[in-house]
Amino acid sequence: MSQYLMSVHHDYGTEFPPMEEMQPVFAAVDRFNQKLQSEGAWVFAGGLTAIEHATTVDNTGERPIVTDGPYAESKEYLGGFWVIEAADLDAALAWAKEGSAACRGKVEVRAFQAE
Amino acid sequence: MTPTIERIFREEFGRVVASLTRRFGDLDVAEEAAGEALLVALERWPVDGVPPNPGGWLTTTAARRALDRIRREQQRDAKHRAAMMIHDDTPPEPTGAVDDDRLRLIFTCCHPALAPEARVALTLRLLGGLTVAEIAAAFLVPETTMAQRITRAKAKIKGARIPYRVPSADDLAERLAAVLTVVYLVFNEGYLASAGDAPIRAELTDEAVRLGRVLRALLPEEPEVAGLLALMLLVDARRRSRVAGGELVPLPEQDRAGWDRRLIAEGHALVRECLDRARRTGRGPGRFQLLAAVNAVHTDAPSWADTDWRQIAALYDQLLAVDPGPVVALNRAVAVAELDGPAVGLAAVDRLGLSGYHAWHATRADLLRRLGRSSEARTAYDAAIAATDNPAERAFLSRRRGQLSR
Repeated sequence: MSQYLMSVHHDYGTEFPPMEEMQPVFAAVDRFNQKLQSEGAWVFAGGLTAIEHATTVDNTGERPIVTDGPYAESKEYLGGFWVIEAADLDAALAWAKEGSAACRGKVEVRAFQAE
Repeated sequence: MTPTIERIFREEFGRVVASLTRRFGDLDVAEEAAGEALLVALERWPVDGVPPNPGGWLTTTAARRALDRIRREQQRDAKHRAAMMIHDDTPPEPTGAVDDDRLRLIFTCCHPALAPEARVALTLRLLGGLTVAEIAAAFLVPETTMAQRITRAKAKIKGARIPYRVPSADDLAERLAAVLTVVYLVFNEGYLASAGDAPIRAELTDEAVRLGRVLRALLPEEPEVAGLLALMLLVDARRRSRVAGGELVPLPEQDRAGWDRRLIAEGHALVRECLDRARRTGRGPGRFQLLAAVNAVHTDAPSWADTDWRQIAALYDQLLAVDPGPVVALNRAVAVAELDGPAVGLAAVDRLGLSGYHAWHATRADLLRRLGRSSEARTAYDAAIAATDNPAERAFLSRRRGQLSR
């Protein structure tokens, strides 16, 4: 078994849709998460708070520097992710298809490095 | 390399790589060992003669080399322990009618998670046994670029854990379509080279037909596999008549006596088989079967004028339903021009607006010429010439432009 990161990216600056529009999406993601758990593929998942609330820490120099905001300006940012167990890429892609439909967003699939 | 050894090696390379990949779980190990086995064969076969089962001999020799290499690496690096691999001294699988290993390898090389140009390169390298230099030359990119492309694709297979397996029944149709597209891409690039000095690259068309035959042997019940092979055979049968004196000869002017009747007979038999199966199963023909049927009609006709255009137009209608696209619509318009006259054909062509596509300009030019609209035809020929890099096609179009009345 391998572990895969399935990440969902959001466009910077787009308005969050109203709650009543998001409700069915949350429900679909919940069902997807439950399926991951019941089939033993679930490792961890979560949604992140707004990118404006990010803080960047740089301790590669003489002393740590803490700055408000993301580390790189980018059009897209990480909004949420799943970490799953899957036999191989085909199995991970099958999960990603379901995850993408559930959260109504593109899902990027990356394998974790082998031990 | 002697021609015999080269031919055997080409034919067996995919089998050797596929078998070793299954056994050692590593494409690099398999590829390198297959290459080493060739060097041994080049040394031994001219002296000892070609062994009775050259494929088995190459696989055994390559497996021995791979084991040697893994042992050496293990001694050098204790962490690199592949205990399972090193104790596996089972003889290679007998190569029977259904050769799963090569099928696995094809599906891995043509995995949708790989970029299309990487799929083509990997398939030619690992299944076709073409060298990186040969593939680079065929696609007119520097050898280092091609080497990088192949290395990167293999690294992704390993890193992302792309499986070495025939896809499940649910995914098979979609994944098979990706495989067939790769083979057809190789064929098309060979049949009308998009650039370079040679109008036809026989090494690519031959390799595509060979891969098509391998697929057909592995998946005899898949109608689109039969369709693709039929299509390639029926197109390739016209190869000799297609270029004369460095100039492309279009279908209406081809010397039909120069067509390869053996390939045509084989292609027609496959198309008949597809029709029978479609009738039996009620499953409508897919893209490759329909394209094969179009070419069966062409290769059945004694001349361009005596072609069954009604049937060709009907086949393109069916094709538009399963594979809608402007290139299919353009081909349909050519049939319409034969049925209803060049003015009707031209109207259909103009609606498509494929201004970046050389065949669109060339078709317009020909229809305008037939309608006697010389100055518009001249402009269209100029556009067609500018849009193609194929030397034989340029030569043909230039001559046609020169023949226009002032």
